[in-house]
Amino acid sequence: MRSGKITYRSIIFFVVFLIGLVFSMPSIMQTQSGAKINLGLDLQGGLYMLLGIEVEEAVKSKVKSIASSLSYSINKEDIIVDKIKVNDTSIEFSLLDENDVAKVDLLLKDIKGLAIVHENLHYTLSLTQEEIKLTHEQAILQAVETIRNRLDQFGLAEPNVARSGEDKILVELPGIKTATDEARARELIAKAAHLQLMEVDDVRMDQVNNLTPAQAAEYGDLIFEDAKNSQIKYLVKSIPILDGSMLTDAKVGFAQSNNLPVINFTLNSEGAKKFGDYTGNNVGKRLAIVLDNKVYSAPRINERIGGGSGQISGSFTVEEAHDVAIALRSGALLAPVKMLEKRSVGPSLGADSIQMSMIALAGASILVIAFMVMYYGVAGIFANIALVANILVIIAVMAMFGATLTLPGMAGLVLTVGMAVDSNVIINERIRELLREGASIRQSVENGYKHAMSAILDSNITSLITSVVLYAYGTGAVKGFAVTLSIGILVSMITSIVGTHGMFEMFMNRMEKSNNTRLWFGYRRP
Amino acid sequence: MQFFSQKHVYDFMRMRFAAISLSFILFFGSIFILFTKGLNFGIDFTGGTLVQLQYEQKAPLAEIRKALAVNENLKGASVTEFGSANEVIIRFSGSNDSLGSDIGISIANLLKDTGKFEVRRVDVVGPKVGDELRNKGLMAVGISLIAILIYLAVRFEWRFAMASIVCEIHDIVITLGAIALFEIDVNLDILAAVLTVLGYSLNDTIIIFDRIREGVKTSKNSKLDLIINESVSATLSRTTLTTGLTLITVVVLYFFGGSMIEGFALTMIVGIVAGTASSIFVASPALLWFNFSVIQYRQKELEKVKKKQEKEKLRSMYEKGTV
Repeated sequence: MRSGKITYRSIIFFVVFLIGLVFSMPSIMQTQSGAKINLGLDLQGGLYMLLGIEVEEAVKSKVKSIASSLSYSINKEDIIVDKIKVNDTSIEFSLLDENDVAKVDLLLKDIKGLAIVHENLHYTLSLTQEEIKLTHEQAILQAVETIRNRLDQFGLAEPNVARSGEDKILVELPGIKTATDEARARELIAKAAHLQLMEVDDVRMDQVNNLTPAQAAEYGDLIFEDAKNSQIKYLVKSIPILDGSMLTDAKVGFAQSNNLPVINFTLNSEGAKKFGDYTGNNVGKRLAIVLDNKVYSAPRINERIGGGSGQISGSFTVEEAHDVAIALRSGALLAPVKMLEKRSVGPSLGADSIQMSMIALAGASILVIAFMVMYYGVAGIFANIALVANILVIIAVMAMFGATLTLPGMAGLVLTVGMAVDSNVIINERIRELLREGASIRQSVENGYKHAMSAILDSNITSLITSVVLYAYGTGAVKGFAVTLSIGILVSMITSIVGTHGMFEMFMNRMEKSNNTRLWFGYRRP
Repeated sequence: MQFFSQKHVYDFMRMRFAAISLSFILFFGSIFILFTKGLNFGIDFTGGTLVQLQYEQKAPLAEIRKALAVNENLKGASVTEFGSANEVIIRFSGSNDSLGSDIGISIANLLKDTGKFEVRRVDVVGPKVGDELRNKGLMAVGISLIAILIYLAVRFEWRFAMASIVCEIHDIVITLGAIALFEIDVNLDILAAVLTVLGYSLNDTIIIFDRIREGVKTSKNSKLDLIINESVSATLSRTTLTTGLTLITVVVLYFFGGSMIEGFALTMIVGIVAGTASSIFVASPALLWFNFSVIQYRQKELEKVKKKQEKEKLRSMYEKGTV
């Protein structure tokens, strides 16, 4: 081998370079196949939302649904109670017959997570602390799942829905281009689609316009508006007959009478049974179909409805009916969501940002590369090869781990260019120092690396510490920046320390033979 | 090519009083600006709404303000040019937490008579999130400082750690002062820039400290200020080069990175200059203030070497079985 030794260093560098080259190509060339870097929403345009969940509401509705099934079983067992009352978080009722106590206790035993206070014949039921916690947790998990399902069915490219922290949900929609699409997506997420079948209080219905909500609550009733006309109000029993949790399917259909869109829903076997029993026992009464606390229709029951299917008709447009059906199918949100943070970036702004950062990256690289060659000669070329490898490997690693490149990430990349050469500057300065002291080229290179090592390691490790802390405590933008920077630091240890050393070793014989330190190190021996 | 003669030892320590006075002025000037002018916290930290519009022609600021004033909530909104005369940013403190309505659309409706434009960006941050982001940001700075303090105390000596923290605080305060002076909106990306400055300046300090540590062990001098002069002179070439190159990239970023990155780049420029100067003129003299003793350090190192030798001696005795 005429020009020197191929050592393990150059082999490691060559392999790393190759990996970087191969795996960064899909991202750079934007080819169809292969893992690519995800562009952050600030670069490609789209919608980012952080949603908060009102978990207390989930507890309230859980209490309500327990009340509903309790009321069903109590009727079925022919237990006579003074009416069941639901406060926000507790259920109260009194028995009239002491002989029923055993029966009620048996019923209550089947319901989990209840704290029962029982005085004489008066019962107060509330959820235990554990159960409340569990309900909060469930509300969040279910919301993540539900929102994900809804957005999947909406037909977007790659919606990302993830839990964030204790009680928040992060939603990213990269495909959103127009304001109307965005509005539709937001409505779809916000829609609770809480379906309830409720009994209309026919006895007091004629007083509905004179009652306040508080007075209605005294009778165990709720006042709901009609979905089409907010002037029309309904008085309904606050404990629903059944709710959307027993729903198995919802589809858009068209009414035979007027050809307007309707939503056909199907209940599971338990729901179908309850529905059948109720309609069988209450022929002649009115049944309110309530969706998100609005009454869509309140037909009179003509006969027992078996089979467990029903219909919501109302003034839907086809698109609305479609979105409501999606919302029903994907399950109701157990608790309402509210917007904590929203960022939407138009696609043109994203494209501008990419272009600007590419110009900055290219400009900075060219300046740095030119300067290094001028100042350090061949050693500068080695450093530049390492720098190019560094950038390629950062892109490759980010693509392989599916990391997201954001605007601050781009800034991090540009900054890496400036800092990556630092190690080589330190090393080359040390080599020059040794040359000045009269050491041979071989000794200068070997000892130059040795002397430079502790400074490089200490500085890289502290930089790494700060970027790890940044990653741990940062959000969004800061995280993106930390990712690029930490990858950059780690990669530069291989490229600019091991890689350049390998290159020096490869050319060592030639360097010693020519003994032209000006050519190799940009510096003439004094 | 080379910029500095590597033989020459510059007398940095003689300049230290002038340099420290300048540092004092900048440091307390920054604190003064921070207290009087204050930081402009952007919506990331305060909560609020920001809408960015791009007009096809020059943006009619007065008309926009007039059109917005129709809405009670938007009366106090600030309307400013952003980057170019065509782009405007509308900012106000309110944020709507309902998912149903969208402020971008309602603003577009209000402004539809002011010309042809495109809504490029809508950011809405609720007040609660803002608080959380700010707390997390402060936490990140605090924790990284402590982590660094520990690392340096272990790797060098506690005085080195203290000196570098003094230097870090100096740099961060001056950077924040510049942010207040130039009225840059403090958002998450500015926080990232401040943290980068922290990392960069630390990097610089450590490389000089590493040289000083080496000097303490090997120099013929045993006076700390002379060793500092030697070490800073020896690293001067590297410091100038790296700072110069990094500065070039950030300046390129400032001029070509687009208006979204301008604040970030400006912060970095100030921070890099302050960070480089302070590692020479603040961190090194700080070692003197903390009474770092060359002789003691040498003795400690000597003891370490002795202990190591004794251990090896013992081990070899065990191996030979002579105990």
